[in-house]
Amino acid sequence: MASFTAGDNRRDLLLFAALGVLLLAVFMSQGTAYALRVTVEALCYALIAFGLSLQWGTAGLFNVGIMGFIAAGAFASMFISYPVNGAFWASDGPSLIGDIAVKIVIGAGLVFAVSRSGKLGLPKGLVTFLTLVTLAIAYLVVSQSLDPAARYIESEAGFVGGLGLPVYIGWGFAGVVAGAIAWVVGKICLGLRSDYLAIATLGIAQIIKTFLKNADWLTRGTQTVSPLPWPLPTASEIGFTAARSGYLVMTAVMLVIVYLLLQRAYGAPWGRMMRAIRDNEDAAAAMGKDVNRRRLQIFVFGCVLMGIGGAALIHFNTIFDPNGFLDLNHTFLIWVMVILGGPGNNRGAIFGALLVYIIWTMSEPVTLYIFDHIRTIGQSFGWQPPADLDSRALSMRVFVIGLTITLVLRFAPKGLMPERLSRKG
Amino acid sequence: MNELVFFINKGIFAGAIIGSIYALGAIGVTLIFGILRFAHFAHGDMMTLGAFVAYAMAAALAAAGVTAPLPLAMMMLPVVMLVTAGMAIGIDRAFYRPLRNAGARGIVLVMASIGVTLMLQGVIRLFAGPSSREMYFNERKDIFRIEVPGANQMITLTEPQIALFIVTAIAVVALHYFLSRSRLGKAMRAVSDNPSLAQVTGISIETVVRTTWIIGGGLAALAGTMLALDVSLKPDLSFNILLPIFAATIVGGIGQPYGAIAGGFVVGYAETLAVFNWSVLLRPIARMTDGAFEVPPSLAFVPTEYKLMVPFVLLIIILIYRPTGIFKGRVL
Repeated sequence: MASFTAGDNRRDLLLFAALGVLLLAVFMSQGTAYALRVTVEALCYALIAFGLSLQWGTAGLFNVGIMGFIAAGAFASMFISYPVNGAFWASDGPSLIGDIAVKIVIGAGLVFAVSRSGKLGLPKGLVTFLTLVTLAIAYLVVSQSLDPAARYIESEAGFVGGLGLPVYIGWGFAGVVAGAIAWVVGKICLGLRSDYLAIATLGIAQIIKTFLKNADWLTRGTQTVSPLPWPLPTASEIGFTAARSGYLVMTAVMLVIVYLLLQRAYGAPWGRMMRAIRDNEDAAAAMGKDVNRRRLQIFVFGCVLMGIGGAALIHFNTIFDPNGFLDLNHTFLIWVMVILGGPGNNRGAIFGALLVYIIWTMSEPVTLYIFDHIRTIGQSFGWQPPADLDSRALSMRVFVIGLTITLVLRFAPKGLMPERLSRKG
Repeated sequence: MNELVFFINKGIFAGAIIGSIYALGAIGVTLIFGILRFAHFAHGDMMTLGAFVAYAMAAALAAAGVTAPLPLAMMMLPVVMLVTAGMAIGIDRAFYRPLRNAGARGIVLVMASIGVTLMLQGVIRLFAGPSSREMYFNERKDIFRIEVPGANQMITLTEPQIALFIVTAIAVVALHYFLSRSRLGKAMRAVSDNPSLAQVTGISIETVVRTTWIIGGGLAALAGTMLALDVSLKPDLSFNILLPIFAATIVGGIGQPYGAIAGGFVVGYAETLAVFNWSVLLRPIARMTDGAFEVPPSLAFVPTEYKLMVPFVLLIIILIYRPTGIFKGRVL
């Protein structure tokens, strides 16, 4: 187990006590309903932060596409748990999609076969060329048949709808989808330097968001899907506060389970091996560890957590809105949580998530309040403030996030709760 | 002939325009990648910053009643480039150099550059608001048309587009002479190849780093201003332009300025031709063959909203098959 000394525990306890006071202040000043919402969302973020802490803190993997994995998980969960759309299943839609699926499978099989044709003795350059040509043809065939199918579904049934399965299956599937995407990205980039992973994850996140936004036949796009099913007794059954409290308990239980599992993994030989790879890749490889495979493993694990966290987040708000996924809120905010809390320390991840999320939500009214005063003072000097001052004011929060990242990196690279390494002897 | 003119306008010229922008951005990224050894995520916002500097100067001059034969923002380019280069050096001093001196890993610098990009975004939006702006004040955007015999459409190019081609050519040639002839340029290449060896031979790393930021920042300002002149000044360009620029850098080979130029055009053309509606060109062929085949109304490889996929897919293909890029750069 990761060893916590008495001094460490006292410090953590103090920090968490301060956080508790802050949380209490939010409950007192903002009312229970709002404060419950902030806390539940913060716990969902903590789950996502675990994923990043695992990737960055334990393995040193640089993921700037967290938003994409959250969005993918959210979509997967929406698809599984949203009620069945009878109009779609009664139409020709399913057979059209089946047709496309068959084409995709055949295309993928052909591309794979051609890419392996080097075994027949063809020169490598030719194999590459043929693979790319096959890929292009398969892509064209699929995309040509996708377009009419999409239009048909949109006009006949609106969108595909869901499968109407229980929410917890949806959350599981969210993890599976996010993990599968991570596997593909990781397979390509993890053998190279971490900068490439950063660029690729940034790209995949933008592409996932674009896809979810534009694939109206699958996700209703900008029209959004709501209300998503609530996994527990709903507000109309047991009351608003009780429903939110129930959700809070459920996320807290999930968080505790994941925390205990992560602590075990961190203290186990597996965790030691991961830190060895992070700290000295060559030495770890020389000891016979398969560095790339281990990295892929941890990258996928981290993204699974992000997917589940994303699903938990949208089910709480009961709306799936592809436009609601933002780089700032769903990638960089989580980075701040992890590096401020202490990368590689799971307590730090929880602490960072709660602290940063509370500050983040409270910063909106505070910023507007400050700029309101600036406006009044400026006007008394004859300054004509621009009409969109409020939206400009909120961009100061972007600045503060950026400043926090650079300052933490420079002055507190280990975060508020530094990683504790057990030293024997 | 009309179809051909359309293709020249929307395919060849459009690709060259966006390719030049990517090339100018990618040169900076590849030099920073080669010499400072990290992916500079703040480059997209540095371009926007440069464009805003140009906007502010042009607005001030226009308000003072200055007129010029060319748009004011274009006239001020050298000053804008210097100012942005100075800002780039300032950012390096404040945020990157302390980390470098503390011996931080490259990936920490990448993260710092993400912090810087967020700060730039915040500042730009605070002062300029979220809406897009016109870079032309009292001037008109001149449009040049070339008549083509047998076509009722004309080949069109606007003033900023022609200026962009000229400026890119000048920048590329100047960069070539700088890197291959001047002492400092050679020093930069030496540091890029082997920093420790270069330092031992007496090259000042500090000077080389400063020069890298001057070139990177200057070219970023150039690209940002020209793009804003051609279309309009948008404050939220950052990641949408960053990904193609990174793709261009890696396609060209990291640390290879000539590769970055080639990569910029490869990515620019790939993007433009992927969203180009090819049925425009197929229709006359179908007509000639008496409708031997049916031409679908739109036949683009990628729908316009998925344009960002093109650089990404290029990037993935390069990473799988040739991680060194076409010009045999380094794999970091």
